Amino acid sequence: MKTKAFLSGNEAVAEGVRLVSPHVIAAYPITPQTGVVERLAEMVEDGSIRAGFLNVESEHSALSAAIGASAVGARTFTATSSQGLLYMAECLHYASGGRFPIVMMNANRSLALPWSIYGDHRDSLSLLDSGWIQVYVEDAQESLDMVIQCYAIAENLKVLTPVMLNLDGFTLTHTYELVELPTKDEVQEFLPAFDTPYKMDFENPKNMGFSSTPADNMEFKYQQHKAVLDAKKIIREVDAAFKERFGRGYGGLVDAYKCDDAEMIVVCLGSTTGTCRTVVDELREEGWKVGVLKIRFMRPFPEEDIIHYTRNTKAVAVIDRDISFGYEGTVYTNVNSALAKTGRDILKLNFIAGLGGRNISKDNIREIFIELKEGMEGKKKEHVRFLGLGVSVDE
Amino acid sequence: MNRPVLKKHIKPKHIREYPVGPCYEAGHLVTENATWRTQKPIIHIEKCTTCYYCYLCCPEGVIFKEDKKVKIDYAFCKGCGICAKVCPKKVIQMIREGETYG
Repeated sequence: MKTKAFLSGNEAVAEGVRLVSPHVIAAYPITPQTGVVERLAEMVEDGSIRAGFLNVESEHSALSAAIGASAVGARTFTATSSQGLLYMAECLHYASGGRFPIVMMNANRSLALPWSIYGDHRDSLSLLDSGWIQVYVEDAQESLDMVIQCYAIAENLKVLTPVMLNLDGFTLTHTYELVELPTKDEVQEFLPAFDTPYKMDFENPKNMGFSSTPADNMEFKYQQHKAVLDAKKIIREVDAAFKERFGRGYGGLVDAYKCDDAEMIVVCLGSTTGTCRTVVDELREEGWKVGVLKIRFMRPFPEEDIIHYTRNTKAVAVIDRDISFGYEGTVYTNVNSALAKTGRDILKLNFIAGLGGRNISKDNIREIFIELKEGMEGKKKEHVRFLGLGVSVDE
Repeated sequence: MNRPVLKKHIKPKHIREYPVGPCYEAGHLVTENATWRTQKPIIHIEKCTTCYYCYLCCPEGVIFKEDKKVKIDYAFCKGCGICAKVCPKKVIQMIREGETYG
């Protein structure tokens, strides 16, 4: 019989970490990620994880400690959120440039000012260029399963790149669901102990984290770029192997829902997807040809999948829980770049929604599809629109 | 004492010949590193008692023993003057770079 447990997103991540058994956990608590750190500390104390738990004085130290542990070939885990993620920004580049396969959970939360503990994607998306693989999940089961998959991706010797696992703050981190738990034996069979030739070793001394002159630096950056691009294939393979072993697959880099014959598609990340699917089902009953495309991986970016699933589409809306002030949402910029390569004339609209924890309702999603429909019928539409503003912004 | 041997850096022809990330065999030195030195330590070897206290204190590890004498690897010495400061017999003298002793 399969074991099931009633877990929050945070607790599901902690259970995933218990199953992959890292050697070192170094994390600093921050709302809304705190539950992960608390649970892992308890697991280390009661012996259900045989890991060293490092109490660090900041997020900068947490990731620095994880880098040090990873340099001796240890499997390492850390977790953060929002301001904490920004505080470790310097170390993010150290970890990716050093090719340390660290897995980090990030609870997506707004950035100050105004101070807010609630969710949006501005924290992780502002660090899209830090060289990390970024995955966004939508429920507790996917959170647990992806902890396991993230290690399989990061530790693949063709990838050797850290992975950031993003959960929507509160909406996912604090929501309880029934989650299926694989056994430790099953997980360890799927994910063998990490073994790398690129580590500090008494028998085989290495110079690690060295500098390079302008004559060689660019080659290392090319290598990093190639590794993250090559990760696309590994991500799909790991997901397929996971599905084979555990019966749950997530579609690799994207998850497409009713996209094949859809005239209009909404593109989104994370926990918003569930709401979008419900609205798609309702609109389908009313005769609308609509679909939703969840981008799971923002890096490497699933350009080919986006082009594939929008091949029969006339209009695409991108929901951004993010805004690059003075231009548009970052997810939109990426999706637009992919769609532009097709040369097809598609209506593309960007909706900025859910900033600072504002709820994204079914009515909001329905409004997006109405906007797309009116745009397709020739009505002029705002290219970038803040959805669900509570006040008029008419000039 | 093993002194690092300078190896000539040959630019690889293919990206596959590059190390995977900044991780390579230890002791692989391709450049000297002493160009910012303005002062240079000189050991008055005839008065040196070979106590090796300078060797212990040198932050760059450039002081070494050869033919029962204490020597300095000037290719890597930064000229910090710690050896001259700590020498119990005061037989290490700092001179301006470019000047010659005696």
